[in-house]
Amino acid sequence: MSSLISFTILGLFTGAAYAIAASGLVLTYTTTRVFNIAHGAFGMVMAFVFWDFSQRQGLNLFLSLFLVLGVIAPAIGWGIQRFVTKGLGEGPVSVALVVTVGLFVGLIGLAQQVWPPEPRTVPPFMASSGVQLGDTYITAHQIITIVISIGVALGLYVLLNRTRIGTAMRASVDNPELLKLFGGKPDTVAALSWAIGISLAALGGILLSSVIGLSYYDLTLLVINAYAAAMLGRLKSLPLTFVGAMGLGILQSFAVAYLPSDGFLAGTRAVVPALFLFVVIVLMPQAQLRIGQVKGIVSAPLPSITKSVAWGGALLVFVALLVGGGMSTANLLLVGTAATYAMVMLSLVLLTGYGGHVSLAQLTFAGVGALAYAKLEQPNLAGLFLAAAIAAGVGALVALPVLRLTGLYLALSTLAFGVLMDKMIFQAEFAFGFNGTLQAGRLSILGNAIESTGGYVLVMTLFLVLMGIALLLLRRGSLGRVLIAMRDSPAACGTLGLDMRWFRVGLFGLSAGMAGLAGALFAGLRGTIGAADFQFFNSLPLLLLAVVFGVTSVTGATLGGVGLMLLPVMQSNNPGIAGLIFAVLGFGAVALGRDPNGLANLMFGLGRRIQALVLPQLRDRLPVLPGRRPDGSDDGEDAGLADLLPETPDATGKVPAHV
Amino acid sequence: MSDHPIGGAHAPLLEVDHVVVQFGGVTAVNEATFVADAGTVTGLIGPNGAGKTTCFNVISGLQKPTRGKVRFRGRNVTGAPVHRRSKRGMGRTFQRLEAFGSLSVRDNVRVAYDIHRGLAGLVRPGAKDIDALLDRVGISSYADERADSIPTGTARLLELARCLAGDPKLLLLDEPSSGLDESETDDFGDLLRDLAAEGRGILMVEHDMDLVMGVCDTIHVLDFGSIIASGTPGEIRRDPAVQRAYLGYSDEVPEHELVGASAGASAVEETRTDLVPVGAATEATTVIPAVGATIPEDVR
Ligand SMILES: Nc1ncnc2c1ncn2[C@@H]1O[C@H](COP(=O)(O)OP(=O)(O)OP(=O)(O)O)[C@@H](O)[C@H]1O
Ligand SMILES: [Mg+2]
Repeated sequence: MSSLISFTILGLFTGAAYAIAASGLVLTYTTTRVFNIAHGAFGMVMAFVFWDFSQRQGLNLFLSLFLVLGVIAPAIGWGIQRFVTKGLGEGPVSVALVVTVGLFVGLIGLAQQVWPPEPRTVPPFMASSGVQLGDTYITAHQIITIVISIGVALGLYVLLNRTRIGTAMRASVDNPELLKLFGGKPDTVAALSWAIGISLAALGGILLSSVIGLSYYDLTLLVINAYAAAMLGRLKSLPLTFVGAMGLGILQSFAVAYLPSDGFLAGTRAVVPALFLFVVIVLMPQAQLRIGQVKGIVSAPLPSITKSVAWGGALLVFVALLVGGGMSTANLLLVGTAATYAMVMLSLVLLTGYGGHVSLAQLTFAGVGALAYAKLEQPNLAGLFLAAAIAAGVGALVALPVLRLTGLYLALSTLAFGVLMDKMIFQAEFAFGFNGTLQAGRLSILGNAIESTGGYVLVMTLFLVLMGIALLLLRRGSLGRVLIAMRDSPAACGTLGLDMRWFRVGLFGLSAGMAGLAGALFAGLRGTIGAADFQFFNSLPLLLLAVVFGVTSVTGATLGGVGLMLLPVMQSNNPGIAGLIFAVLGFGAVALGRDPNGLANLMFGLGRRIQALVLPQLRDRLPVLPGRRPDGSDDGEDAGLADLLPETPDATGKVPAHV
Repeated sequence: MSDHPIGGAHAPLLEVDHVVVQFGGVTAVNEATFVADAGTVTGLIGPNGAGKTTCFNVISGLQKPTRGKVRFRGRNVTGAPVHRRSKRGMGRTFQRLEAFGSLSVRDNVRVAYDIHRGLAGLVRPGAKDIDALLDRVGISSYADERADSIPTGTARLLELARCLAGDPKLLLLDEPSSGLDESETDDFGDLLRDLAAEGRGILMVEHDMDLVMGVCDTIHVLDFGSIIASGTPGEIRRDPAVQRAYLGYSDEVPEHELVGASAGASAVEETRTDLVPVGAATEATTVIPAVGATIPEDVR
């Protein structure tokens, strides 16, 4: 009986901290329509700042609190809204997600750089005090947290219902146009809510840091708890968010208390929030299609098939030269890893670049493929495709329960899925096992096992090239057109008779299958694989690099694969700036995330320009061949440009559209 | 084009039955009841913010009504998803454009056609002459341009062509003529009559009174979410309640509504100064046609 009470109190305490953080999340989302994936990361960084002030510099506790909650956090929130997230709410959901994932990764990198790993502790408030309640001892910190959460609830109620600016905030929730009609200033409202929101994230982070410790990841991932709570309130209702947070806190506390500490169910203890999030999302009511065109989508140019085959051939020759040139096995493994990442990024080109959906767990799908492959008796082609098909099935299963929902919820359910797989499935006995690994054989094609690493890397490159070409063929066909149409205007697709729900499930499945194929090939390359190779968190840098290099083009994915392969290499070569590299990546994605065509598209433009400058001169010097048009070099650069735009008509007899 | 006459003598093509839509405290549509018949053009008019677009959203399934029913071709479709209604023969265009911006004009229609053909359309590109449809609505000269680079009026016609690719029985057109110049509007009126003559029903929200009075067989007037009048153009002109709702709109169409109706937003805005309702809440407001957002006069 007494244990029931003490676990309830413990649950109320964590629930209260979640509630504080979650209400900040709801506030920022409702007023600006930007779902801040980095909400927890802000809380984490602010907890570190608080530690720095109160412990390292030894400032007075209250002064530190005031500085963090009253000055730094609001200033950051204001700045983020002004300079980073402003206007994101009106754009595609995928862009807002990528930008805040960029903040997420960037903040973790920043924290690691500024506060390198070392044991740190934040003492609880009034550490030695507490109340004895029968058999149960309640610490003062727990009481303070619960009281503060009540205070936050009351404060928000008064702010939203009893003040002018609060009324404006509520109006902007329902209808931004209405807000303007009443003479409200949307910018002020947005900046204010972000200031308060980040401050609440900081408060939540600080209150929890004394209990779960100052950890970059644990504190950041607490945000999942906040998401889950906020989801119960459908990202709108603050009271329901509080209920969700308290319920989740208690549920988690009871899971720790009453679930067995070994066996399969033990895994569930760590994933209660993710399960909760998943269930709440599945139970969400049908989402209405978004009316109002998504603005600012520019597609990267689509190369002709001849051109792509030529580039693919060139890539193969290049890798063959590397292999033939006697590259070391270690470096060959890196090339194979780059090909793996590139293939996973190709799956994102399909899902995100063409389809406009975001997956935050693409590496997990690769892990499913790898796991299936490692379990095969005979690693041959049929087995490889079976592994990919299993990953595809899992991908479709993830999308299935959220059939009726779109965008943000789909992305969040992949997040929950990634965490579930990480903590529950991959580490289970029947999978890789806890800290365990599995052996995987090299792929054999038509009975010939490809034993040499060089040969295997070449085969992987071939798969990459084939996958790229297949993707381009798909994009050019009617399926690809429908995908683009769905991204541009879901409402119009619906009124034209497209049942987008099944389409989305198919899209998710196909994309997961591609990632699974990559994972399976990777398993064969490495020979030994484990859960650590497919950690959920690594899906985020993967997504970011894909976007930075261009998630709308095959070229972008290939370059991104190389980039992601180089990331850990750079980090281990320069351990001093390991965090900085992440920070640069994250904040770089924040800067570039608004244009999903990324660096690849800039390169295309540059390439065309260079061609336009160089080719006319070349033509002058070459003799005019029969059949070749004698081209005036005095046409000027523009004429040259137009000339060089894609030459071959596509399958449907039409010159592909251009940017 | 349509090979079977639809609707018949029994049931109207579309019945909107006591539909109520509330957004928070605001009642956007209030017990609206009206019908649209096959083979006719029906107008749905009313001041800005009267709830016309919301009605369209309810009919096409993009908005769940708080109460009330929608029947289409004799079947209750109130709970049916958007795509199911489309498959049953309902097509619509949008006041706020919903063209597929990154596809060419021709591909916009091609996608619509592929979707209409279902699975087969997704696997094998259609053989139907897309260009004939573009020609019919009069935008073939834009066929190869990206849909987000064409003028508003053209984009509206594109949305119409896209609907027609699915050979709908009922067309819901939300302000289809805004952005068209005078002669284009005339052509558009003829096209509407043609489409109706093929047996389709057309329900149209429109602010251009010339066009509405010229082509509609029946007109329903919506004000503050309620239908305040229904009848032929002549009856609507003479209806005192309508005249009250439209301050300044009288028997004669005002002079400046006829002249200067060149393409572009300014002309349409000008037309609308006559359509501002007496109601206090919306007194100081006007509308930017392409966006449809209500903003206060002083901001503008
Ligand atoms: N999603 C929404 N949330 C809240 N209020 C809404 C929403 N959509 C429409 N409204 C409100 O409902 C009312 C009717 O809007 P609606 O767009 O249907 O008018 P309309 O007759 O189409 O006007 P217009 O001539 O300007 O296009 C308006 O007051 C509008 O502000
Ligand atoms: Mg409207």
